[in-house]
Amino acid sequence: MRPFSWRFYRLWQRDRDVFFRLWHSEGAGAIIEPILILMAFGMGMGAFVGDIGDQRYIEFLAPGIIVAYAMFAASFECTYGSYFRMEHHYTFDAILATPLNVEDIAAGEIFWGATRAFMTGCIILAIAAAFQLVPSFWALLIPLVAALSGLMFASIALFFTSIVPSIYTFNFFFTLFITPMFLLSGVFFPLNRFPEIVQTLSWIAPLTPVAHLARGLFQGEFQPEMLLALGIIIVWIVVFFSITLVTMRRRLTK
Amino acid sequence: MSKSPEPFDRVIMAIIIKTTNLTKKFKDLVAVDDINLEIEEGECFGLLGPNGAGKTSIIRMITAVSPPTRGDIRVDGRELKKYPREVKAILGVIPQTDNLDEDLTVIQNLLTFARYFAIPREVAYQRSVEILHSMALEEKRNSKIDELSGGMKRRLLIGRGLVNAPKIIILDEPSIGLDPQARHMVWRKLRELKSQGITQLLCTQNMEEAARLCDRVAIIHQGRIIDIDTPQAFVTRYMSSRVWEIDVTSDEHDSIIRELESRQLEFEEFAGIIHVFPKDDSLLEGLPGVARAATLEDVFFKLTGRSLVE
Repeated sequence: MRPFSWRFYRLWQRDRDVFFRLWHSEGAGAIIEPILILMAFGMGMGAFVGDIGDQRYIEFLAPGIIVAYAMFAASFECTYGSYFRMEHHYTFDAILATPLNVEDIAAGEIFWGATRAFMTGCIILAIAAAFQLVPSFWALLIPLVAALSGLMFASIALFFTSIVPSIYTFNFFFTLFITPMFLLSGVFFPLNRFPEIVQTLSWIAPLTPVAHLARGLFQGEFQPEMLLALGIIIVWIVVFFSITLVTMRRRLTK
Repeated sequence: MSKSPEPFDRVIMAIIIKTTNLTKKFKDLVAVDDINLEIEEGECFGLLGPNGAGKTSIIRMITAVSPPTRGDIRVDGRELKKYPREVKAILGVIPQTDNLDEDLTVIQNLLTFARYFAIPREVAYQRSVEILHSMALEEKRNSKIDELSGGMKRRLLIGRGLVNAPKIIILDEPSIGLDPQARHMVWRKLRELKSQGITQLLCTQNMEEAARLCDRVAIIHQGRIIDIDTPQAFVTRYMSSRVWEIDVTSDEHDSIIRELESRQLEFEEFAGIIHVFPKDDSLLEGLPGVARAATLEDVFFKLTGRSLVE
């Protein structure tokens, strides 16, 4: 593995500039969907669900939705977004002719994916606060959790991008990996109703520790589990970030 | 002591690109086979070869996109393997495939590219405006990329290759797919850049392009260099001054072939036309056909064969 350099920032700047040039075409949709989910599930269905512990269902749901949509933002950016730049617009090939190396490009894409997750986290948190759903000031740390989970999911997504044969393969990534996590990682309901073994296994899914961490901060309640969650997230990041630098080099330099 | 002027100008020219035993293998295919090149500062050096000859593989290795299987590359005194960033900083790469950034406007393409080279903002802006001017793209400054014609895109690609004020520009088929007007504009631009002292490595299968632009040409075939020389010397070394072309119909074909053989003339048949390479024009007396001047293309066919390489 070769290290990346500060030059990744140049690619990050490029992605940022393009995003703010075109944000109205993709940014709006990314905000409307989580609001609809909060309304439909939180308010609509939540009325039938009743309280979870001592909190309203929508308060339980909100932190999960924040990190889940951070996951979506990073994952879409570093699958379809990166793939288009790489295979259809040959943007990476063009950039490789400059002092940037493959590792700088991969790191730039991942950090931009994490930035998208961070921005998504900030916006949904602000909306949740506007609906007076945020009980604790610790919740202000949630965008950082979103950024961290963005770093993780962007690394995993870009790894997948570096090995896919075609753009259609991303269907598997979303239907077999992202969507099941969205539904089953403790975003919509607490996992403690499941047998012990299932609960333990669910921690393999990277969204589970993220949801735990976000929920704890949202409530301002700290448990030792949260440190474990943070540790798991960091391990995922280190592993997939490193692998992706290698697989991306393999893909782009033949 | 003043330096003696002339006569060894070419000898004292610095070697700016040097490859030693450069080899690239893909599984069971040897794309580039033990190539030694010495490209002099300020010259326009052409790589001429049919499809699949290994031209693009050579360029990809020299631009640090593709690691060589074996061999060394030195650019401007630096070993490429150790200093890829430093080397890439002085190269302007103009690819065959249009890879302009379609998410950005024309001028943003230049400014963003300049940023990859860490060129300060004001310098980048000033240079970009100059480039748009010299490439006749000023009016398209804020256009989207998909609003440009093929010729404009190619000019922008060349312009983008110049934002870092490179010492060497590397061009892969710079005029392919362009109409004659656009092609001549590109050629004029490249000659202009050469007169500014910028070294050019030009990869092409267009003989006219090679003959017009290149000081020296390497003819590449099946991953090897067959020969290196100036376009003019290639023609005088390998060809008689004129080529006699006979457009034969089927009923006279055999008799003409017999006649050529009996006169011991060197000839080749290709796509229904017989090309005769006479040592002496008197041998042609009485034959049907027309004379034309020998070109680099004839040399190329002679050295690489006329059969289609896939």
